[in-house]
Amino acid sequence: MSAAIVDDEAPWRRMVSAYAESWLAMFGLVLLVICLGLALAAPLISPQNPYALAQLDIMDGSLPPGSEASAGFRFWLGSDDQGRDMVSAILYGLRISVAVGAAATGIALAVGLAFGLIAAYAGGRIDGAIMRIVDIQLSFPAILIALILIAVLGNGIGKIVFALVTVQWAYYARTVRASAMVERRKDYVEAARGLGLSSARILFRHMLPNCLAPVIVIATVQMAHAIALEATLSFLGLGLPVTEPSLGLLIANGFQYVLSGKYWISMFPGVALLVTIVAINLVGDRLREVLNPRGPQ
Amino acid sequence: MTAYVIRRLLQAALVLFVMSLLVFFGVYLIGDPVEIFVAADADQVERARAIAALGLDKPIWEQYTSFVQGALGGDFGRSFVFGLPAVTLILQRLPATLELAFAAVFLTVVIGLPLGLWAGLRPDGFAGRTILAGSILGFSLPTFWVGIMLILVFAVQLGWLPSNGRGPVAEFLGIKSSLFTVDGWRHLILPAINLALLNIALMIRLVRAGVREVLPLDYIRFARAKGLSWGRIVGVHVMKNIMLPVVTVLGLELGAVIAFAVVTESIFNWPGMGKLIIDSIQRLDRPVVVAYLMVTVAIVIFINLVVDVVYSLLDPRIRLKDLDH
Amino acid sequence: MTLVVEDLQTQFPTRAGLIRAVDGVSLQVGPGEILGLVGESGSGKSITGFSILGLIDPPGRIAGGRVLFQGRDLVGLPEEELRRLRGARIAMVFQDPMMTLNPVLRIDTQMIEAVLAHEDAGREAARARARDALARVGIPSPDERLLAYPHQFSGGMRQRVAIAIALLHKPQLIIADEPTTALDVTIQGQILFEMRKLARESGTALIWISHDLAVVSGLADRIAVMYAGRIVESGPARAVLAAPLHPYTRGLLDSLPRGAGRGQRLVAIPGMAPSLGRLPPGCAFAPRCSRATAACEAMPALAEAGADRAVRCIHPLGDAA
Repeated sequence: MSAAIVDDEAPWRRMVSAYAESWLAMFGLVLLVICLGLALAAPLISPQNPYALAQLDIMDGSLPPGSEASAGFRFWLGSDDQGRDMVSAILYGLRISVAVGAAATGIALAVGLAFGLIAAYAGGRIDGAIMRIVDIQLSFPAILIALILIAVLGNGIGKIVFALVTVQWAYYARTVRASAMVERRKDYVEAARGLGLSSARILFRHMLPNCLAPVIVIATVQMAHAIALEATLSFLGLGLPVTEPSLGLLIANGFQYVLSGKYWISMFPGVALLVTIVAINLVGDRLREVLNPRGPQ
Repeated sequence: MTAYVIRRLLQAALVLFVMSLLVFFGVYLIGDPVEIFVAADADQVERARAIAALGLDKPIWEQYTSFVQGALGGDFGRSFVFGLPAVTLILQRLPATLELAFAAVFLTVVIGLPLGLWAGLRPDGFAGRTILAGSILGFSLPTFWVGIMLILVFAVQLGWLPSNGRGPVAEFLGIKSSLFTVDGWRHLILPAINLALLNIALMIRLVRAGVREVLPLDYIRFARAKGLSWGRIVGVHVMKNIMLPVVTVLGLELGAVIAFAVVTESIFNWPGMGKLIIDSIQRLDRPVVVAYLMVTVAIVIFINLVVDVVYSLLDPRIRLKDLDH
Repeated sequence: MTLVVEDLQTQFPTRAGLIRAVDGVSLQVGPGEILGLVGESGSGKSITGFSILGLIDPPGRIAGGRVLFQGRDLVGLPEEELRRLRGARIAMVFQDPMMTLNPVLRIDTQMIEAVLAHEDAGREAARARARDALARVGIPSPDERLLAYPHQFSGGMRQRVAIAIALLHKPQLIIADEPTTALDVTIQGQILFEMRKLARESGTALIWISHDLAVVSGLADRIAVMYAGRIVESGPARAVLAAPLHPYTRGLLDSLPRGAGRGQRLVAIPGMAPSLGRLPPGCAFAPRCSRATAACEAMPALAEAGADRAVRCIHPLGDAA
């Protein structure tokens, strides 16, 4: 029934070309690169430093998109109530959102990877205990866990990252453990043990590289989740402080003006947030299909 | 089966116990409760009296014991903003939140299931691709921003629907709900759509993936070889198989929706417990925060328990294995 | 003839190009006759079976040829008309009994729906039919077993259930796709015996698809051997087994532990079955064939070779060259 098709290409090249086959995924990748580039370059390309209060003019407050600022440039996306250029505010906000999301994702990945590998390698009671915690934690909605932590810890940038890491590490731990359990039974691990290599070396040099594909997929999706969750918490006033306005906080600030029809203060930061998350999800979706041969094609 | 339920009940009790530890030691001991419970201009005598009244002079474990004793009796202390017992406040707001949550889950089923089926059965068609792309957009959309945009379009620009609060409540069969009034419906539509959107997207993906997994299996081909109609194959053979994950996820999503209602309720000023908790966290009204967290955690644990039992009832393989043991 | 297949072409477009899974297959089978369709996995024999029933899923399609069932061409027939034939006039039994029954539906559900798909019987009448069918294939206490789920049955029992379902409407043609490979040997023997009895007694035509020439040799009246989507040899079972004409058939026979050559070494066919995406231009078997010459780079036709036999080979066995 299934005709074997011989393929001479190197596996990574096949993956790249399989990825490139979906124009939607390529579009997502381009979007993502643009978003990351804008976030990185925010201070260089913004028309104004939105948090240098000396540069703001209250006379420029709440101007609709396209209006001219008193400083001479144009508010292409309008200005907020304090006369802040929305383009600049969005670029800086994107920078903070992406930075918090990336930091949380990176730390959660490291923590989850470590616990997942330990569980898989140690087995027995340690495995049972770790996985029980993971299961229980994953049975709770992410936002509830975040609420508990913020109610306990209060808010602030470090605490938000901590909350995001706590919410997310379990996904990595479960995924890593699952693939590490498969790897553990393979011959090369036995062989490495037979050679007398240390546990740490077997874990990190031999098993880890073979568990990375699913972890990359999870990390992409979780990065989108982290950015969205941080924005949600900031919107609720439970996230980042006003001195570090991420996109969520910008949207919250604009919310009160929506009812009077000043849509731009809330809408455009939301579009930026949406585009970033869509871009990450498009890439993640395709990676899942390309890296996981067992999943539905 | 009974043994299984008892085992799960014990596990649930254990989780609730651990949560009570976490919440108690977190909320009560980090930061100084005296600052909150005692007026700032109080003198030393008043302070001491308050500390004694709150039991803060006792050892920690004793405080915890009395907290647990109170909690078991439904007493989490009084809200110092409203002056009412915290649990009473929560329970007053619970029906509004449940109404919103059930409306969202209902929308998830009636919209997500058919769209997911379509996308799974015709993955390469235009509609199938559009549904899939829509679902990616759906779970990428930040809930709170969608809420604002819904208000902007349907309340501010078009003026079709109200953006604020819950409609009047009527009683029917002993249940008080805004579902029984026309204005109640008008108030419910936007928040329910807002809360359901993410879940609709998830449901579409889940059902689509399930259909695509089941369709190429031998037993579907065999069902076709028996001469069954396509409707029967999809409606019975495919559906029965994907019902397992769907029911599981729906149950879990109900818990998530109740927790996520904090966002929707804040935007639409919906008078549920989610809005209460956000206000309470910001006002440091800790008894209410603790009561909310414990009630919500208990609800989620209960839902998870029900989902597990229903799952084992639905899957003949699990059910019989468990009966045999 | 119950079934006449003429020049059947079934194709699957893939990223690597068009796969001709079935490439010009012709065969026929009459009432009470058993045709053994033999080939390695990937030779297209199962696809041939599915093509007859119109069960090829897109993007695969039947690109040409005719499937004449009792004189009527099934290719291109509307889905609803095919549905009315499937299960009623043409039944199929699948290879893996663990996979053919829906795991979350009870046996009675799966049997009753099969009855009701073709007959306007009441539920109780349908249930009685289902019970009788189970009893007929030797399932003890059928009333109880009807209420069970598939996972409560052994593989052999499940295959009996599948056969019972296939027999429900007394079809004129049964396509059995390796129904015994997944079962252990004693059960295999029983099922083979019963299927043959059934074909003889009821005049049902039977196409028995198998990779195992040994199984087919004890069962079939006629044999057709498939290789890489094409029939390479066909003829009466006895004649083909006694004196194969195609080197591939010879190879299959030599790799069986049987018959005259006691103490003789088993000879495996060298090389591997070819990938359908990259077939050589001429005879597909040539790369593995000891008799191959430069002439084999042209596609040989399926040629008459004596009484009721045909072979697709430029250098058939028994040929002086």
